[in-house]
Amino acid sequence: MRKVAVVGAGLTRFMRRAQETGPELAWLAASQALESCGLGLKDVDSVAIGTAPDAFDGVHMKGEYLAPGAGGWGRPVTRPYAGGGTGVLVPIHAWFNVASGLFDVCLVVAEEKMSTCHPHPQGAFVTIFDNILERPLEPNLIWIFALEMQRYMDTYGITKEEIALVSVKNKRNGLDHPSTHVAEEITVKDVMESEVMVSPVNRLDVSPVSDGAAAIVLVSEDVARRISDNPVWIDGIGWNLDTAYWTNRDLAYPSYVERAARMAYKMAGITEPRKQINVVEPYDPFSYKELHHLEGLLLCDKGQAAKITADGVTQRNGDMPVSPSGGLLGVGNPIAAAGLMKVAEIFWQLRGEAGRRQVPGQPKVGLAQAWGDLMQVGTVVVMRVD
Amino acid sequence: MGSSEQIDRVTDLRAWPGEFPVSHLYTMGIAGERFFRELKDNGRFLGSRCAACDHVYLPPSIFCPRCFAALDEWKEVGPQGTVRAVTTAHRGVDGTTLKTPETLALIQLDGADDLLTHRIKESEGLEIGARVAPVLKETPEREGSILDVRYFRAV
Amino acid sequence: MTERTLPGTPLSDEDMQQGKVLTLNWPASLRYEWDTGVAIGRFLRELKNGRIIGRSCHRCQRVLIPPRMFCERCFRPTDAWQFVQDSGSVNTYSLSHLRWDASRVEEPILVAVIEIDGSSQGGLLHYLGDVRPEEIHIGMKVKAVWKPAEEREGSILDIRHFRPIDTAQDGPA
Repeated sequence: MRKVAVVGAGLTRFMRRAQETGPELAWLAASQALESCGLGLKDVDSVAIGTAPDAFDGVHMKGEYLAPGAGGWGRPVTRPYAGGGTGVLVPIHAWFNVASGLFDVCLVVAEEKMSTCHPHPQGAFVTIFDNILERPLEPNLIWIFALEMQRYMDTYGITKEEIALVSVKNKRNGLDHPSTHVAEEITVKDVMESEVMVSPVNRLDVSPVSDGAAAIVLVSEDVARRISDNPVWIDGIGWNLDTAYWTNRDLAYPSYVERAARMAYKMAGITEPRKQINVVEPYDPFSYKELHHLEGLLLCDKGQAAKITADGVTQRNGDMPVSPSGGLLGVGNPIAAAGLMKVAEIFWQLRGEAGRRQVPGQPKVGLAQAWGDLMQVGTVVVMRVD
Repeated sequence: MGSSEQIDRVTDLRAWPGEFPVSHLYTMGIAGERFFRELKDNGRFLGSRCAACDHVYLPPSIFCPRCFAALDEWKEVGPQGTVRAVTTAHRGVDGTTLKTPETLALIQLDGADDLLTHRIKESEGLEIGARVAPVLKETPEREGSILDVRYFRAV
Repeated sequence: MTERTLPGTPLSDEDMQQGKVLTLNWPASLRYEWDTGVAIGRFLRELKNGRIIGRSCHRCQRVLIPPRMFCERCFRPTDAWQFVQDSGSVNTYSLSHLRWDASRVEEPILVAVIEIDGSSQGGLLHYLGDVRPEEIHIGMKVKAVWKPAEEREGSILDIRHFRPIDTAQDGPA
C-alpha cells in the first residue's frame, strides 16, 4: 500500500439555510480545496463524495446530483455512505483510491443541505427507527440519544452539569471558526436552563440543523513530496459497525468506536493513544457524545471523560485538546460536511495553520472520528505530520 | 444455508403500511435564482458561458463542471431553439393512461450548448431538427418557475 | 484557512417567508408496505395473543428479542421459538417533551428501553405508564399493560405501556 497525504482543504460557511444548491455548495468547498494546494480540476484522478440520506435534500441519487460541483464530471466517482459517519468514511474510502495505486489525486467532497427538508428534518430522521416495531410509538430522533445519555450517566454516575461543559467548551471554541453559525459564549447554567427537549437532553446539548460543504485533497506520496512542503499523512484508518438492533446494544459504551480505533491505531503504530495523539476531533452532535467517543477511542478510562473535561484537559490549551474547531456543537452540523470539517481541522492543526484555533505545542499526531448510521458506526482517521 | 422456517399460510403474510413523512422546500440556488428571475421578470432565458471550455450552460451554472472555473459571463439564449429529441407520453407520472397524450422534447435554445426539456403543443408531426419557440405565461402570472413557459410550439 | 470570510449565502426565515428568493415546494408522497417477514410476522401475531415471543440460538445460547430467523453473531439460522415473559426491567428511560415532528407536548411522553425477562438482554422501545416520572429509574421492574384482547391487532401498540411491578398484585419480582 502506498502512503497517502492530505495536501489541501476547503469549507463553506455552515448555515441554517443556504441559498446555494447542493452542487453549488460542493463547488465552493471543492474549488477552494484544490486552490489551497495549487492543483486544478485537470489534476484530479478520482472523486469521492459524501452526503447523508437523500431525504434531507429531497434529491434522489444525491451523489450523482452533486458530482458536477464535486469535480466528478467525466471522472471515476463513488459515494461511500455510513449515515452520520459518512464525513470520515469518505476520506477513508478516498484513501483506498490512492493507497491502492489506482489514482494519484483524489478529491474528497462532503455536502449537506438539511434545510430543504421542510418544515423540519425530523420527517426524514424518524425513518431510522424500525418501521414496524418502533415507528408506531411515534418516536422523535432525540429519543435514541436521550436514552443513551441517560444510560451513560447512570452507569458511571455522571451529572448533566458535567456533560454541559462540553457544550460550553465547543460553543466557545467555535467563536474562532469562520464557518460557524452557532458559536456563543455560554455557561453551564445556560445549558441547564435551556429548554428540555427529551430529558436529559436540553436544547444547548444539541448541535443544529445546517447546510454546508467541506472538501479535502488526498494524494500519493510522490505528488505530496512534489507539491507540498508539509503534507499531512493519513497513518491509520478504522471503521466498525455494531448490531442494527439498537435496543440490544450496550448503550453506555460505544464498543464499535473502540474496534474502529483499535484498527486505526494498529495501522498507525499507535500503542499508547493517550500519549501519542496530540489533538482530537471526535464527533459531537450531542454534548455527551464527545465524552462517549473519547472513551471509545481509548483516550481516557471508561466513565472518566467528564472528569478530564472538568479538569481542563480537553481545552485548546489542555494536555489533550478536543474539538478545537468547535465541533458540531460550536460550528454547525451539515452531517457529512461536519465530519469532513473535523478531518480538515486536524489537517490545519497539524500544519500549524489553524490561526486563532491553533492548539499550542506543535501537535504531530491527530485523530478525527465520526459516528452514525443507525447510531452504530464508528469511523476513525489518524493523521500525522513529519 | 436457508432460513429454518418459512411462512406457509397466506393468512400469515402481512405488510405494514407507512410513509416517509417528508416534504421539501427547494431554493433555486445562485445561478437558478438569476435564471428564473430573468424568465419571470423579462421572459428571457439566461445561460452562463465558460470561455476556456467555449461552452454555454443552460440552465446556467456559477461554475464550469469541466474545468471548475467560476463563471460570470451571463448570456441571453433563445428564445427559439431546435428540437434534438422528441417523444410522446401516453402514461402520466403515476402510471395511469393520459386522456391526452403529451409530447415532450429536448430543445437546444439558440446560443446554448445544453438541452432543455419541455412540453410541445400545437405542433403536428414534429421531428428532430424542427424549429420551435416558447409560449410564455403573461408577466403577472409568471412565478419564476419552468412552468412560466407554458410549452414550445413549431415556428 | 483562518480569518478569511468563507463562501456561502445564508437565508433567514424572513427571506423565505417574504419571498426574497424563489423557492419550489414539493410535498413528497412516499408510501410503502413493509413486509413483516417470518420473525416479526410471528412476533406481531403473538402480541395479538397477548404474549411476547423470541427466537433462540442454540450455539450462543441467546434468546433474541426482537426475534430474527438468523443469529447475527453466529451467522446461522436461529433454532426455536421461545415465549418470554411480559415483564422486564428498565435499561434506560427518558421524558420526551417533543412529538415525533419536534412539536412540544404538555405532559412528557415516558419512554424506555425494556430488557425483557427471559431474553438475553433483548430490549424493546416502549412507553412507561401508571408511574410518576420521578419514580422511574434504571433497573425498575416493569410489566406490560395489554389492550383488551378484542382491541389487539398484532401491533407493538397491543401493549399500551409498561408499568412498575406491584409486588402485592404481581407477586415478588
